[in-house]
This record gives sequence, C-alpha cells and structure tokens, in this order.
Amino acid sequence: MKSESYLYLAYVATWVIHIAYLSTLVRRYGRLKREIAELERSKR
Amino acid sequence: MKRIFPVLGVLTAFLLSYGLYQALVVAPTEQTMGNVQRIFYYHVPSAWTAFLLFAVNFVGSIVYLASRNQKADILALVGAEVGLVFLTVNLVTGPIWARPVWGIWWTWDWRLTSTLIVWLIYVSYLMLRRFAAGGQTAVLAAALGIFGALCVPFVYFSIWYFRTQHPQPVMGGGGSLDPHMLHALLINWLAFLCFAFMVCWSRYRLEVVQRRVEEAIALQSLENVGSNR
Repeated sequence: MKSESYLYLAYVATWVIHIAYLSTLVRRYGRLKREIAELERSKR
Repeated sequence: MKRIFPVLGVLTAFLLSYGLYQALVVAPTEQTMGNVQRIFYYHVPSAWTAFLLFAVNFVGSIVYLASRNQKADILALVGAEVGLVFLTVNLVTGPIWARPVWGIWWTWDWRLTSTLIVWLIYVSYLMLRRFAAGGQTAVLAAALGIFGALCVPFVYFSIWYFRTQHPQPVMGGGGSLDPHMLHALLINWLAFLCFAFMVCWSRYRLEVVQRRVEEAIALQSLENVGSNR
C-alpha cells in the first residue's frame, strides 16, 4: 500500500468512527421521541 | 444555547474544513516519513480532546460523589462517552500511521499499552453504566471514572520516563515543530474541540430528557398499580 493510502485511510477511519457514534445518538433521539409520544398517549 | 448552536455548527464546519486544508495542503511534508506524517494532525488532537473530556469526567465524578448532583453525573457520563470516541480515533489512526513508518501495526510499548488500558477502563465504565442495576451504579461509575482519569497522566508522561517506540512529544518535550505544522495542529485541535463541544451538548440534552422520561414512566407505573388496587 502506498504512503498516501495510509494517510487517506486514517482520515476516512476518523470520520467513520465519528459518524457511527453520531448515528447512535440520532437513533437514541428517535427512540426517546417514540417513548415520549407513547407516554403522552397513555396519559390521555 | 438554541440560538448559539447553529452558529457554532457553521463555525465548526468551517474550522474542520480549514483544518483539513491546512493538514493536507499547507503544512509542509515531513522529510523522513513523507505524506503519511499528516496523520499527526488528526492523531494528536484526538488524544488531547479525549484527555480533556476525561478531565471533565473526573471533575463530574468528584462533584457527584461529593454532592449527588445529577447534572454532575450526566456531565461525567458525557465526558467519558465522547472522550472514548476521540480516544478510539487516536487508537485507530496510530496503527495506521505506525504500519508504513515502523513496519508494524502495533507494539506493546508503554505509550501504546497504557493508552489501550485507559481505553478499556472507559469501555468498562460505559458497560457498567449500561448494564448494572441498582441505585449504586452512578457511585461505582464515578469511582471508576476517577481511577480512569488518574491513569491519563501516566499515558501522557510514559514517553518521558520510559524508552518507547513512540516518538517524544512535539510540544513541551524539547522537540521543535515547523510553525506551519504547529498552526495546522492547533487549528485541527480547535476544530475538534468545537465539534466535541457540540456532540457533548447534544448528548447532555439527550440524557437529561431520557432521565425525565424514565422518571415519568416509573411514576405512571406506580399510578397504575395504585389505581388497580
């Protein structure tokens, strides 16, 4: 593998890790929204 | 904060783009390693950001143990979680840099091993918070968080006191750094700090709302039990 390939691999890996973590936050937000909606429904 | 958030988002996007430009285009090519040395502009700021977030976890844990303040507990959790993400970046980019330069992906030297140990401590911290049941989880997590943060100085100073494969620090270690390289490094760190702040703020809000919802669900269950009797 060329030297530049390692450089790009490291930069891509960095953003893959960050995006993977951000996507877990988005999923958690979605689940929380559903829980709130369910809670409001059951209160009525 | 709602008004500042979009502005901070634009600023972060600008800083990340500018940092990338500085790292890949403006910063001079290192003579021995060549272009692969540019991994440095992501590898080092990731470690610094992680250590700063572990310090947040440390302070939050101490405040929680002293006062049982829920906000401090949430701050500690957020510091550990986001810090772990940045340390993961550091641990992944390190071997990718090491392979073409050292000829190996990994070596069990003091710096690398101690970093891996700190990473494992924070993984266990998050697993404890995720899976432990009972009222003492936050207290145990705070104690573990303090222990983890106390290991961080050992990671930082390990290359000063032990002979390691890992190079000596570029700042404060007697080495010199080209001003353009230093500029690229600091811009990327600033960008990472802004990004980390935004992620931490979102995670903090998420946790606050999550705990309120859990309380409401528990309260509702109690009401249902009461009305059934």
